[in-house]
Amino acid sequence: MNFNATLIGQLVTFAIFVWFTMKFVWPMLLKQMEERETRIADGLAAAEQGQKDFAEAQEKSSAEINKGKEQAATIIAQGQKRHDEIVEEAKEDARAESNRIKENALGEIEQEKEKARQELRNQVAALAIAGAEQILMKEVDQSAHNEVLAKISQQL
Amino acid sequence: MASGTELTSNSYLQHHLQNLVLGKLPEGYERADGHIVDHSSWTLARTPQEALDMGFWSLNVDTMGWSVFLGTVFCFLFYRVAKKIESGAPSGFANLVEMTVEFVNKNVNDIMTVKNPLVGPLALTIFIWITLMNTMDIIPVDLLPLIAQYITGDPHLYFKVVPTTDPNITFGLSLGVFILIIYYSIKMKGVGGFIGELAFQPFGKYMIPFNLILEGIGLLAKPVSLALRLFGNLYAGELIFLLIATLIGSALPFFIGTIFGGGLQFVWAVFHILIVLLQAFVFMMLTIVYLAMAHEHH
Repeated sequence: MNFNATLIGQLVTFAIFVWFTMKFVWPMLLKQMEERETRIADGLAAAEQGQKDFAEAQEKSSAEINKGKEQAATIIAQGQKRHDEIVEEAKEDARAESNRIKENALGEIEQEKEKARQELRNQVAALAIAGAEQILMKEVDQSAHNEVLAKISQQL
Repeated sequence: MASGTELTSNSYLQHHLQNLVLGKLPEGYERADGHIVDHSSWTLARTPQEALDMGFWSLNVDTMGWSVFLGTVFCFLFYRVAKKIESGAPSGFANLVEMTVEFVNKNVNDIMTVKNPLVGPLALTIFIWITLMNTMDIIPVDLLPLIAQYITGDPHLYFKVVPTTDPNITFGLSLGVFILIIYYSIKMKGVGGFIGELAFQPFGKYMIPFNLILEGIGLLAKPVSLALRLFGNLYAGELIFLLIATLIGSALPFFIGTIFGGGLQFVWAVFHILIVLLQAFVFMMLTIVYLAMAHEHH
């Protein structure tokens, strides 16, 4: 172990290298690493935010879909109701119409019946007179017995 | 080393443990080959004795050179990553750099109670630089010296490639840390506070001489233990590589020695990876702890 000026040389070299590292290496590297660290942290935060936004949007869209479904159901129900109403109305109309037709027909029948009855009555009167004429062999004064004839035809 | 002198394990070891020293020999100095220096001049030492005789003002060209080279490699690589401002995910080497910086920064933040912009870069420089210097130990012991001897054409060239096996290098580092410890102690507590801490602890003002000795030794032990721990570990590791290498040329038959020695080298190299990283880490952590202590009031 003999010491010589190498000791001083090494000391000076050491100082120069430490100075160089302090000036040109260490701060730049640390700054770079810190920058990257913040960038990564920012990126992670942004990703998280994006995920949150996505979840929110999903929730919103599903709510929107549910609302739409509800509206559609209401509309369908309303349509059903309206449909039922229309059917009911139509039935009602049909019933009324059929009643009217039936009544008309009945009226007509009644009229026909009355007409036939009247005709029958008239014919019966004539027949009765003809019968009586035959029986009496003589002309019967129709006007003299009109009252009786009327009574008979009235009883028919 | 084919210049006719006999190669023994001992000379092999000694040769490998000698630095390549550049220094000035005084006038009239008789060199190892009997040649007498005409007038004092800068030259490379040819023997350990010559290196010693050059005195303090000489330079270990090999370890100093590798140290500067590896430190430059560290600065260059990390600067390139730092300069490139990447917007996306880092890849490959940038990842490794950022991992290291994050690791060092976490340790600094955990230990330091006071923010100091110097400690982070200091710890990073120490950790990476020492790791790189220690890693030179993994390179086969004779490879780089042989290349250097081939290039220079000098078969006797001394060439130590692991800077941290040179106490000059480890003490250079720990001295730097020591200066910072004293600087920040005085800066944070004032001269009075710093001296007070040395003089009035742990036994109060009536035991000042005793306190001074105790605390003074404690203070000096910090750089000494830092430097010696690193030096001792790496020197021992290097020595074991060399000893295993001598096995190859030992009394064992050549191919058995080669296989056995090569296997041992590999096993020790794998084990040594742990020491390489661990010692760099320990040096860094202790530096942070010592500086944290310098910032705190006791």
